[in-house]
Amino acid sequence: MSILVIAEHDNAALKSATLNTVTAATQIGGDIAVLVAGQHCDAVAQAAAQVAGVKKVLVADAPHYANQLAENMAALVVSLAGGYTHILAPATAAGKNTLPRVAALLDAAQLSDVIKVESPDTFVRPIYAGNVLATVRSSDKIKIMTVRGTAFPAATATGGSASIEPVPVAADAGVSSFVGQQLTKSDRPELTAAKIIISGGRGMGNGENFKLLEDVADKLGAAVGASRAAVDAGYVPNDYQVGQTGKVVAPELYIAVGISGAIQHLAGMKDSKVIVAINKDEEAPIFQVADYGLVADLFVAVPEMSKELDKLKAAG
Amino acid sequence: MKILVAVKRVVDYNVKVRAKADGTGVETANVKMSMNPFDEIAVEEAVRLQEAGKAKEIVAVSLGVTACQDTIRTALAMGADRGVLVETDVELQPLAVAKLLKAVVEKEKPDLVILGKQAIDDDANQTGQMLAALLGWPQGTFASKIEVGAGAVTVTREIDGGLETVALKLPTLITSDLRLNEPRFVKLPNIMKAKKKPLEVLKPADLGVDIAPRLITLKVQEPPKRQAGIKVDTVATLVDKLHKEAHVI
Repeated sequence: MSILVIAEHDNAALKSATLNTVTAATQIGGDIAVLVAGQHCDAVAQAAAQVAGVKKVLVADAPHYANQLAENMAALVVSLAGGYTHILAPATAAGKNTLPRVAALLDAAQLSDVIKVESPDTFVRPIYAGNVLATVRSSDKIKIMTVRGTAFPAATATGGSASIEPVPVAADAGVSSFVGQQLTKSDRPELTAAKIIISGGRGMGNGENFKLLEDVADKLGAAVGASRAAVDAGYVPNDYQVGQTGKVVAPELYIAVGISGAIQHLAGMKDSKVIVAINKDEEAPIFQVADYGLVADLFVAVPEMSKELDKLKAAG
Repeated sequence: MKILVAVKRVVDYNVKVRAKADGTGVETANVKMSMNPFDEIAVEEAVRLQEAGKAKEIVAVSLGVTACQDTIRTALAMGADRGVLVETDVELQPLAVAKLLKAVVEKEKPDLVILGKQAIDDDANQTGQMLAALLGWPQGTFASKIEVGAGAVTVTREIDGGLETVALKLPTLITSDLRLNEPRFVKLPNIMKAKKKPLEVLKPADLGVDIAPRLITLKVQEPPKRQAGIKVDTVATLVDKLHKEAHVI
């Protein structure tokens, strides 16, 4: 078997989601090649070559891969697909954008958000917001899937010694172009990679109040997330959203503040190791999944938590 | 401009779905069915483009069992002009849906196709991208803003780090994300009017498309239930337990 993994990166650094996807590929078994498509992405290719378990890194470096537009990415992947039994991408915005295009062009089905490898042709994936898990067998010659990062440990980022090979670039499809991007700037860890996450919901009341969470987050080295309600209300940007259609996270500790716990939100965080819920409504469904629940006014409890963390730190 | 929107009939988003005891699927008997919420957003966007004078006609397409006509009628009540149902009892997977929609697109020749980014039943998030690929069209997935210009559409997309804007040549395909708009409530007179709007029924064979499923579902089961833990009385106790008991801070 021979597996192609599409790397997630920003031309400067290899994103950790790639490492989880490599682990899924390792569990399928076979030779693993990683495709790095971008512009001036040498550093990414070097990083990918160090990842344990990777045999070969394919590099497609061209201006029309700089922003990884799906039209161009799919054409490239399809041009390289011959000989591979599996094509994997992380279930990130980029992977979800590109991979179904690849699948359609190869006349193959896609498995989305794979959380378990049962065998080289059988996989488990969540459906209905994770309320149900489906075990699915692919009858296609080539198996195409996106991999949910939280379900697989990250492959070791060092110790590998893959060869790096340039591959012919495909033509620019010329039907789409990148205009610009507004990325949320933050010194905090990325949501999908954070060990601790503190999330706010509608109960936060406004965007200004998220500073309360940021204060605690900075003391814990945590990322800040949000429920759909908080994003829809405009309190925080869209990339904060945790849930069925936002980001799926599984940190060591998830602190839900002022979040009622709709099934769509639970779908994005219920695999967290420890869940804390702070909500003034003791009937809130979030308490049904919380390891530690605190029925309290968040505007009192969160600042108090901040002080308690100071004490904990002072006590060493 | 002519717009085609695709709408899917799914288990209502408020229903907590259960796996059947024999593991062959999920319980859908006597369960409330609705239009996929993301598709509602797609229909709303098409109607707003029409209201803004940017679109002449909106065709709503659904695929599946006869009851999908209800979903099409909802789209017609929201403002779509006519409906097309590709009727079949066969389980349709995203690739088959994309192939059927491609055939409908070739027949209808829309300038713009809008779909929901994801259906909340299979959570696949594939059909729009697959359809765009089969048509050789550009795609603007996870759209939170659409601006239609001459010969091109500018789409703002929700991505992992924030927002990205792309320019796409027409004809093009867009999949809607949550923040694109807030769908209107359908008014009773519009429901009555929708009953009189044309709805064409086709069969997959009419379109010459092979819809055989490629993925075989072997088993469907519920994940292990998470047990509720304990309630603590004070923030101090909470922090203490997280530190000394759970060892996570």
